[in-house]
Amino acid sequence: MTHFSAMSLLKNALTGHKNWREQWPDSQPKAEYDVVIVGAGGHGLGAAYYLARQHGITRVAVIDKGWLGGGNTGRNTTIVRSNYLYDESARLYDHALDLWDDLSQELNYNVMYSKRGVMMLAHNVHDVQSFQRHIHSNRLNGVDNRWLTPEQAKAFCPPLDISARRRYPVMGAALQMRAGTARHDAVAWGYARGAAARGVDIVQNCAVTAIRRGPDGAVIGVETSRGFIKARKVAVSAAGNTSVVLQSAGLRMPLESYPLQALVSEPVKPIFPCVVMSNSVHAYISQSDKGELVIGSGTDQYVSYSQRGGLPLIEHTVAAICEVFPIFRRMRMLRKWGGIVDVTPDRSPILGKLPVPGLYVNCGWGTGGFKATPGAGHLLAWTVAKDEPHPINAPFTLERFTTGRLIDEAAAAAVAH
Amino acid sequence: MLLIHCPYCEETLPEAEFAYAGEAHIARPADPMALSDEEWRDFLFIRSNPRGTHFERWRHLHGCGRFFNAVRDTVTDKFQMTYKAGLPRPDLSAMKEAAE
Repeated sequence: MTHFSAMSLLKNALTGHKNWREQWPDSQPKAEYDVVIVGAGGHGLGAAYYLARQHGITRVAVIDKGWLGGGNTGRNTTIVRSNYLYDESARLYDHALDLWDDLSQELNYNVMYSKRGVMMLAHNVHDVQSFQRHIHSNRLNGVDNRWLTPEQAKAFCPPLDISARRRYPVMGAALQMRAGTARHDAVAWGYARGAAARGVDIVQNCAVTAIRRGPDGAVIGVETSRGFIKARKVAVSAAGNTSVVLQSAGLRMPLESYPLQALVSEPVKPIFPCVVMSNSVHAYISQSDKGELVIGSGTDQYVSYSQRGGLPLIEHTVAAICEVFPIFRRMRMLRKWGGIVDVTPDRSPILGKLPVPGLYVNCGWGTGGFKATPGAGHLLAWTVAKDEPHPINAPFTLERFTTGRLIDEAAAAAVAH
Repeated sequence: MLLIHCPYCEETLPEAEFAYAGEAHIARPADPMALSDEEWRDFLFIRSNPRGTHFERWRHLHGCGRFFNAVRDTVTDKFQMTYKAGLPRPDLSAMKEAAE
């Protein structure tokens, strides 16, 4: 693996950038591995990286039906934050935020994590009360979050219109300064490069068609479009396709898959200094380093695997953006797309062991999986390596839907999901 | 934009008039007191979430206001048919044979 540094950049610049080596090989599947990870998104690649780096397990394959990072890793709006209400969630997402802090140094790969601040707008009395409750709860959990008056919000984000006559008046905002954005592709590439350098095989364009179980019920491997691969441990990190993959192992999941859409504008000069989320009207906006406004919307209302989504939702989101930021009314939009997000009934992920021996899952991140990428990878690797959950992900079991011990961020978010 | 046929109004109308209402044919337990935790989980939380044919409920919210059922492909989002609430799950393979 070439170590990236100012020196290696200079050296390659002098030779016309002709000597850069490929960052990881396009591996062919072997007959047997210790661990097979289904899904080569940021979470799956992260898990492979930490398995190799922290647990010394390198006979690992990450298998994907498409290309690396081509699912939700490459389709989100790159927002990173951790201001969740409940203790379990605060620990989970703040753990990820701690890992984001020095991820670029850890991977020797610039993931462009930018702590530009995420500001959540309150448009009505209910929002104000809900956000202040979140802020108090976050402070008790040691999670950074604070309240801003409309004038302070305007000072932090000048394009914001705080005049009271607007359709969605700004009554205040919650600001997490530690939060921000990161380069989504770079996270997947960085983990892929780090994992491959330690011996992990990344197998692309190889669909897992079924999980095979032996006579004793334990996992014995996966059936793929390129033949059977033997493995005693299989971790499924397949986002929207988790229900389909796990059905082959005889498991029915409390998941539904919905399209989540996003769009970008034409690139413009720096105008937008932070991330603004307007949860009650479902409009999320930031500006990428290329200059595009990156806009996220809510999920479509119906179950779908189309990776497209409907136009009425985009219309609704853009209308909300134009109301809150009249300055953007004449911006032209370039592209829109959808990712398929797997949503649990309580909007908290399922990360841990499954009732099938040797089978692990990381799913149910719904609309907020990107921010958790390092944390999810790290905790999934721990769970697979030790065959027991880390204390941080121990509450996020599948069994909570039987016992009723839900982590109900859905109700806590005060958002019509 | 989905175009959805309301079986009560007998009209095909834009998606904006309708509200999605989840998977269809999940019957409320007849004797709730007799259910185990696992059966409650299955009823409340477990969903088939198929990649392909999906039986689902819709409500003609900005029209007649009534609930009805639909069969839709979740990969193409194309509706195969809609039918009134209360009717049994249609036998798609029999319908396909009849059409051929």
